[in-house]
Amino acid sequence: MTVKKPNWQIFSALGICLTLSVLITGCDSGGSKPSAATKASTPSTAEAVNPSGLGNPDVIKIVSSLPRTGSAKGQTDTIVNGIRMAFEEAGNKVGSFKIEYEDLDDATAADGKWTPERETANANKAIQDPDVMIFLGPYNSGAASTSMPILNKASLLMVSPACTAIGLTKKEGAEPGEPEKYRPAGTINFTRVVPADDIQGPVAADFAKSKGVKTVCILDDNEVYGKGLATIFKDRCEEIQLKVLGKQESIDYKQSDFRTLMKRIKNQFNPDCIYFGGTSQTGAGQIAKDMVAEGLEKTILIIPDGCYEAAFIQAAGADVFKKLTCYCTFGGMPPDQLKGKGAEFVANYKKRFNADPEGYAVYGYECGKVALEAIKKAGKKDRAAITQAALSIKDFKDGALGTWSFDKNGDTTSTTLSISTIKPNAKGTMDFDFVKLLELQK
Amino acid sequence: MILDSMTLFAASDSGGLQMFFQYCLGGLIIGMLYALIALGYTMVYGIVELINFAHGDLFMLGTFMALTLLSLMGISVSTAGEISTSKAALAIAVMMIVVPLFCATLNVAVDKVVYRPLRSAPKLAPLVSAIGVSFCFMNIGLFWNAAVYEDGRAVPAASQRAFPNIVSNENILERSSPVEEAVTTAKSDKSDSAKDSKSKPTIKAKEESKFRITWKDAMVIAVTIPSMIFLTWFVKFTQTGKAMRATAQNPTAARLMGINVDRVIATTFLIGGALGGVGSVTYALYINTTSYQVGFQNGLYAFTAAVLGGIGNIPGAVLGGIIIGLVRSLGSAYIDEKWTSAFVFAILILILVFRPTGLLGSRTREKV
Repeated sequence: MTVKKPNWQIFSALGICLTLSVLITGCDSGGSKPSAATKASTPSTAEAVNPSGLGNPDVIKIVSSLPRTGSAKGQTDTIVNGIRMAFEEAGNKVGSFKIEYEDLDDATAADGKWTPERETANANKAIQDPDVMIFLGPYNSGAASTSMPILNKASLLMVSPACTAIGLTKKEGAEPGEPEKYRPAGTINFTRVVPADDIQGPVAADFAKSKGVKTVCILDDNEVYGKGLATIFKDRCEEIQLKVLGKQESIDYKQSDFRTLMKRIKNQFNPDCIYFGGTSQTGAGQIAKDMVAEGLEKTILIIPDGCYEAAFIQAAGADVFKKLTCYCTFGGMPPDQLKGKGAEFVANYKKRFNADPEGYAVYGYECGKVALEAIKKAGKKDRAAITQAALSIKDFKDGALGTWSFDKNGDTTSTTLSISTIKPNAKGTMDFDFVKLLELQK
Repeated sequence: MILDSMTLFAASDSGGLQMFFQYCLGGLIIGMLYALIALGYTMVYGIVELINFAHGDLFMLGTFMALTLLSLMGISVSTAGEISTSKAALAIAVMMIVVPLFCATLNVAVDKVVYRPLRSAPKLAPLVSAIGVSFCFMNIGLFWNAAVYEDGRAVPAASQRAFPNIVSNENILERSSPVEEAVTTAKSDKSDSAKDSKSKPTIKAKEESKFRITWKDAMVIAVTIPSMIFLTWFVKFTQTGKAMRATAQNPTAARLMGINVDRVIATTFLIGGALGGVGSVTYALYINTTSYQVGFQNGLYAFTAAVLGGIGNIPGAVLGGIIIGLVRSLGSAYIDEKWTSAFVFAILILILVFRPTGLLGSRTREKV
């Protein structure tokens, strides 16, 4: 008998399949083409605005779509708690309407982060239920670009506590075609209670300059949120004469390590600062770790609000921050910096849940308050009317974030951000520590 | 893109050749780790013609076992910097014994429960089962991650987590310290030089001109090369090794000659699993991150390495692993970071098109 030959056709086929799948997932991660998956399943406009079954006329349902599994869970737990608190304080009703709240998950355990499939399913579920009048969320900007076109056709109001990508609401600084491509019906239905990245990026650059940084390297994770933010950061650097070394570089965040990249940055540039546009789910922790491993301890790392969570510190390893100086911008104020009603919220939260709120809890609470206000102003159970009512909210002060309004794009007029560093807290564990409030200088 | 990379190459000429070797070293190290995992794929394929897709996830479970052992010994991410040299050495020794044992046992058990009943079934059945086992392992990893506490805090199941950094990242060439210092993360002062060029120009110049081989790099080499030598010796010169080669060539004839084929297959899974376990400890100590997903990405690379070198061929797997490590490192250094995995798979396709049996596939006739 001759020696067995392996079946090479199978291997070739397998190899090619694997390659293709890697390439496809690589391309898809931008999340910039939501239409293909969503169009087919979206009912026609007329049908969607007034779903066939009328449901219960006394009940208004509000859903939220957030990554409830995976590493953002710590953060979204407190957002959901914040939303619940807002509704509970109102006795779960507005006028004659009873408020029902449902907490949907747009992540899967296997992916550890939001997926387009789940977000699309949540959006479709929301528009098909005649009682659902408001959609709170999502958490990720990529997810918003997936669900917004679906919900827009149904004129269903979206209030996001955390999405900050510019293109979701405005043209300037966004990709071509944004935000129109998310608004097939031509109307606005997306609002957010956090300042957008056109504020977060520039203030980070200004802060770097104030710390004596002269040269920066800019990395991003090649996703809607991270890449957008890194680009704005870069533009601001050029404006304020911070030297950007090399080109803005995207990473493949599925790689196990970025040591070669850090070796190269160290050898070629040795910058004062590295800015990474990305999240704790897209390699931020490994970047911090590999910076230290390759001797870039003296370089400051600045990261955006997508990393403002305990998961980032856990991924990087607390010991990394004994050597590395890291600053994290956050699209609002940390819980312990809130004043007045905000401080009241934090105290109530601790009493109610016996835990500290994470950064976004208060924004969840604010979303809940906005939802209630919109229903009150509209006074009827009608999606389009509620959306209009929300967009016309001016000088809103029922929530915990002071007084603010929605502008014509659905953005908050508040421009206060904060920056934190990572250092040991009172118990000796590494934690985010507030540094200062940042305000955009025109 | 090529032109771009050329200018980049020229521009980076502050010791360009030295950096080139530095990138090569990085690629070599990571390539050896891939090779350790690839050996598990290639050996099992050589004997039973099964692509054991669960092998990458077995490797992942090994990293969690190592993490659990460390937390049992009271070593956490935040205390890793302060532990004594002897304790670190002890921890590494314990991990190097327990984790390979664990992985080997698990691999043999999976073979016995899942693959053996399907041995005479069509080839596709065990392959699909292997993918199923891979998913099972991934989910075990998810739960395991959440079960190991960190500084008294639970960790969200799917998040990446840091692995205690107990091997020093200092440059061996920088100072000739005795071996005892190998395994402590003593606070080094060399980092001071990175930016303060005014205050310490001499140190800066000294550091930049130095080629860096860290204790971590040394550890990987010190673990992987003996493992491979041991494997080669085992397959070539022992009775069991001879039986393995015979079974690989022709199981029926081997059985006629009185070889207990089932036992040989079990031994193969045992050795493959143990090498995977050694790989997972080394990987965790080198990369310092683990998550339930590390098995997928690294398993994919290792499988690619096995096919690249010619699946079923032991030196081929090592060669394939090293090539992939080098391609990854040099691709990232001179072309573009985000295309690294695309390069690896592009090279795989090229080699399979022009040399379908892999690099060493046809040269050696016996496959183990």
